[in-house]
Amino acid sequence: MSRFEILRFALRGLAANKLRSFLTTLGILIGVAAVILLVAFGEGASRSIQQNIQQLGSNTLTVSASFAGGGPGGFAGGRGGRGGGPRTQARQLTLDDARALTDRAQAPSVRSVSPVVTANGTAAVYEGTSHTVSQLVGTYPSYFEATNKVVEKGAYFVNDDVVAARKVMVVGRTVADELFGAADPVGRQVTVSGVPFTVVGVLREAGSSGMQDADDVAIVPLPAVQQSLTGFGPLGSIIVQATGAGTTDAAQDEVTAILDQRHGIAPGGVADYRILNQAALQETVSSTIGVFTALLGAVAAISLLVGGIGITNIMLVTVTERTREIGIRKAIGAPRSAILGQFLTEATVLSLAGGLAGVLVALAGSRFPVAGIQPVVVPSSIALALGVSVGIGLFFGGYPANRAAKLRPIQALRHE
Amino acid sequence: MSVPVLSVRDLSKVYGEGDARVHALRGVSLTVERGDYVAIMGASGSGKSTLMNILGCLDVPSSGRYLIEGTDVGSLDERRLAVLRNRKIGFVFQSFNLIPRMSALANVELPMAYGGVGAAERRARALAALERVGLADRVRHEPNELSGGQQQRVAVARALVTAPSLLLADEPTGNLDTASTRDVLGIFDELNVSGRTIVIITHEDDVAERAKRVVRLVDGRIVDDRRQAPVEGAPPRARTPEVPA
Repeated sequence: MSRFEILRFALRGLAANKLRSFLTTLGILIGVAAVILLVAFGEGASRSIQQNIQQLGSNTLTVSASFAGGGPGGFAGGRGGRGGGPRTQARQLTLDDARALTDRAQAPSVRSVSPVVTANGTAAVYEGTSHTVSQLVGTYPSYFEATNKVVEKGAYFVNDDVVAARKVMVVGRTVADELFGAADPVGRQVTVSGVPFTVVGVLREAGSSGMQDADDVAIVPLPAVQQSLTGFGPLGSIIVQATGAGTTDAAQDEVTAILDQRHGIAPGGVADYRILNQAALQETVSSTIGVFTALLGAVAAISLLVGGIGITNIMLVTVTERTREIGIRKAIGAPRSAILGQFLTEATVLSLAGGLAGVLVALAGSRFPVAGIQPVVVPSSIALALGVSVGIGLFFGGYPANRAAKLRPIQALRHE
Repeated sequence: MSVPVLSVRDLSKVYGEGDARVHALRGVSLTVERGDYVAIMGASGSGKSTLMNILGCLDVPSSGRYLIEGTDVGSLDERRLAVLRNRKIGFVFQSFNLIPRMSALANVELPMAYGGVGAAERRARALAALERVGLADRVRHEPNELSGGQQQRVAVARALVTAPSLLLADEPTGNLDTASTRDVLGIFDELNVSGRTIVIITHEDDVAERAKRVVRLVDGRIVDDRRQAPVEGAPPRARTPEVPA
């Protein structure tokens, strides 16, 4: 009997019970698609989180004030008594702190220091159009590099603008769209709290990171925002960029030493500031993502297992209820190889059709973002899902068929 | 005389173990010549079905020798046994045993497909066989669309389409009404007239009367072996089926 003949027999066998063939295929399809989609979703989530962290900047430390170590009424004058004495009050971060950090001798691992003041929810007006900018940042030009903010159109502001406290502004994509619509924002004047700012650049779109729109931002020179909005009070934070990926920990130690000294904190004492290390954060999040991916993988493995049991069940039932048919075929002279070939081909066709359809469904499904996360299909998950379900289909289609084909015809014929 | 189509020596078959042992056959010896038409009769439990299953190579004896056209069946491996079932034996079951959801034509083609006959020749021979049993107009019907008599005629067509040396029928008319019984037995008569060797199992006397030789089985032994007509020539009722029994 030729292979073509066996294939024809198998197809006829499948066509003879269309509903059962369809349900088997569907079971395999769902199993395969579920595994691929779950893994793709996990991968997509992990990539999106990593991207969000990278958006925060590379090799940076964020120093911010902390009241944990301070005494009562921690709002002390920033530039007050430096030096020693037992600390009773927490001190704010000051521009002097920031300047101290730029000391090459004491902090060789620091590449740049950007003092930051932030005004939240500031209204900006352009020709009658008003938009509340969720983050108005006053800083130095080094801030752009440290936080991976790239100007797409126009220019950055420069150190001269800071020294001269020029009222210039770099806006995020959301601000540009809200205020100017389709018009080119560069060169136009925006009024913030009655003070006119000239837009010099527009940032490249960063995308939303979590709940916050990272593009709803405006960046201006530090003195400009202090003069017009926040006053010359304490800094919100200081962004420190290390010289390289390997020096962030060294930079953190140096920053700690300088600030401890300036704020009069004894070794082992509770600091009145916090340092957020980007690299450490990334490491923590990566390991969290690892757990997350493992969890999704476990869910995927279970769905594959359940799908596999479904395939096993249908294949066993199919062969068992056709044992009599196998008996008839043997009685009229079918060799075992022909019977086994037919059932194996049936199982292969079902598994492959279901598996490939499952891959297609998964590929189609992965084009749609779920909860803001774009799934990323992992090729090895396709191979795994397809391999396991086809393997299960072949084994549990082939093994009982082989057992039935080995029976004497009369035993198979008497089977009910 | 030429090699007998079928020859069994001291055939016995035991089912079960220990106290539950049942001797279905206790030493049966039988020789069937080419062109003969043998009816094997016996009450239920006499071992006639067991004998038939062994003759059809569907089952194996516990002891004894079985030769088909001089070939010792006991010495054949699984693959050669399949070829033997395919080429030398046509089997008609009491319960038809057609494959469901396959047309009459496909059912009749099946043994030839396993025998390696080409598609075109297969179709022609299957159509001829179906025409011979009077079902030329039912070739596209599936078994569940045919009456019992028609199904049995499809089964007969399937059994004879490979031109086997031996046609075995296990109570072929047991599930049929009188008209269908007459049809099927008429076909057997014609096949025997054209030289086909037939062994049929029955417990009905009027079926047995059509055979040239009647063998009676009681408790797994042959108790009577009576010839009603010579091996050469037509079976007793051929061409005169209307004569009352």
